[in-house]
Amino acid sequence: MKFNGTDSYVATADLNLAVNAAITLGRPLLIKGEPGTGKTMLAEEVAKSLDMPLFQWHVKSTTKANQGLYEYDAVSRLRDSQLGDERVHDIGNYILKGKLWEAFESEQRAVLLIDEIDKADIEFPNDLLQELDRMEFYVYETRQLIKARHRPVIIITSNNEKELPDAFLRRCFFHYIRFPEADTMAQIVDVHYPGIKQSLLKGALETFFGMRDVPGLKKKPSTSELLDWLKLLVAEEIPAEALHSKQPGKSIPPLHGALLKNEQDLGLFERLVGMTRRGR
Amino acid sequence: MLVDFFLQLKQAKVPVTVREYLSLLEALDKQVVWGSVEDFYYLARLCLVKDETHFDKFDRVFAQYFEGVTELGEELETRIPEEWLRKLSELVLSAEEKAEIEALGGFEKLMETLKQRLAEQKERHQGGSKWIGTGGRSPFGAYGYNPEGVRIGQEESRHRRAVKVWDKREFKNLDGAVELGTRNIKIALRRLRHFAREGAPEVLDMPGTIRATANNAGYLDLQLVPKLHNKIKVLLFFDVGGSMDEHIKICEELFSAARVEFKYLEYFYFHNFVYESVWRDNQRYRAERIDLWDVIHTYGPDYKLIFVGDAAMSPYEISMVGGSVEHMNDEAGHVWGQRLLEAYKDAIWLNPTPQGWWHFTQSVGMVRQIMGGRMFPLTLEGLEEGIRLLSKTSV
Repeated sequence: MKFNGTDSYVATADLNLAVNAAITLGRPLLIKGEPGTGKTMLAEEVAKSLDMPLFQWHVKSTTKANQGLYEYDAVSRLRDSQLGDERVHDIGNYILKGKLWEAFESEQRAVLLIDEIDKADIEFPNDLLQELDRMEFYVYETRQLIKARHRPVIIITSNNEKELPDAFLRRCFFHYIRFPEADTMAQIVDVHYPGIKQSLLKGALETFFGMRDVPGLKKKPSTSELLDWLKLLVAEEIPAEALHSKQPGKSIPPLHGALLKNEQDLGLFERLVGMTRRGR
Repeated sequence: MLVDFFLQLKQAKVPVTVREYLSLLEALDKQVVWGSVEDFYYLARLCLVKDETHFDKFDRVFAQYFEGVTELGEELETRIPEEWLRKLSELVLSAEEKAEIEALGGFEKLMETLKQRLAEQKERHQGGSKWIGTGGRSPFGAYGYNPEGVRIGQEESRHRRAVKVWDKREFKNLDGAVELGTRNIKIALRRLRHFAREGAPEVLDMPGTIRATANNAGYLDLQLVPKLHNKIKVLLFFDVGGSMDEHIKICEELFSAARVEFKYLEYFYFHNFVYESVWRDNQRYRAERIDLWDVIHTYGPDYKLIFVGDAAMSPYEISMVGGSVEHMNDEAGHVWGQRLLEAYKDAIWLNPTPQGWWHFTQSVGMVRQIMGGRMFPLTLEGLEEGIRLLSKTSV
């Protein structure tokens, strides 16, 4: 069982190695990186290429760790007891399974994505230590021990909004997805838009990396923005010459609104282009 | 196995633990990688390093340990024994790389190119360009002598991989190098709290539920309230450079503690005194500046303002137009200081120099006057005092 990227996802050698190590040793893999470098996509692609079911747990600022294990719906039980419902005698009827439980229970080995773990409370990762380590947890209400049938492949993403606790980090493998280099980027684009003309692609990539080098941008354009922009270029049938004829940085590229998402950045970019044009 | 490597990492302050070391061994045992130094590098990093800010330190230790190259000074510029090189290359080069060298005309030819290259490099060096031994990179400066180093010069376009990944040190910029031991500061900062119920109702409101249930003739009527949150928001302004260099450690500690403690924390840098713009990235501070008006408009008056600086400068830098040491400021520093203080009522200035020295510097007195006396030494007591003041004035 080895992950080597897929038709729709280009994974670098080090990322492949990270995923395969996590699969072999059954450790959670913590993925960080610039926004838009395909952190969340990774889990989907791993599941697809290894033919495993995927469970996605999207973490929000209000998410609690036990919600991933199970929740005891005391309120419905209380209500049912007042209405004299028969179900009330079995507490198991009011235990709602979380994503972690589902992944543990899966018949075949599963991929579990814990997305944006840094969004949650600072204690959230600490509350999952035992569960991720031993891959088991205890349901107090029904006195059951839930144990993973097969250690799921756990992929955790973080956007670095909060520092994660050391104890949690010690139990994970850590991989930082770097922003792709021009070569890798060309591969990625090729995967998404196979028909795109070479010259258009070359021009577009030059413009794109030129734009990333513009100092002072609040949000640098990322891979997903590049792909959107290319889609627009193709849809509008912009000729390759429009990108090529002028030097990058000296003219405003067509449809650049797809790359810069912030009015201050747009303003700054246009000002800079204006300045270079006047030769200052 | 690899114990020395582990200890060296520890010495270089990469936070590694035995557990991580054991998981690396486990991975090796299960043959996740086999026979490639580069794969091993990735695997070791995957297992041992848990934060990209430590990648740079890891790369340095890795390079040092696995290349067998110690700190080579610039005096070793010429005349390296050929055997030594040959041995090194056998150690370092993988089978396919060796094959490639053969394709280039074998080792002898390569050595010749190497000599040329060395000569060329020496010239360049005399010309003032520091190709070897650039500051902080001295362990790697040695790469000019490595056969791989030769290949870089020779085949720049064809071989993107001529440099080993760990020698690229691409993560240099991210190294925060924050010391541990910030617990005391965290506890002091913890005093700055203002709890409020905000957001979605998710906690059972007991008294409310009892009241509502009673009103409902005994039928349960659940009442929920939002949870308590610390809603303190903080703006941190750090003085950097110049006389602040000696206080870097304490500032880093304060910064790392504050980052953990406050959910809403924004930080900016300035030099000596605030003028029309500040910045967030010290390496690009000339290019990426943030207008101070933008700061004032973006962050509302409920933010608490904390300056950290020694306030030691020429009095003109505060009082005069054009007084800044770095640029031509159209408005005097104290005008901008006042604007900030008007926008943020709750503000303190933390000064890392000992309180006993303050009266020796005129500018400290001026800053204290602008701050209305709210200057505290950056010691635990001073911090506590300052934080108490900030929390007293909380809205």
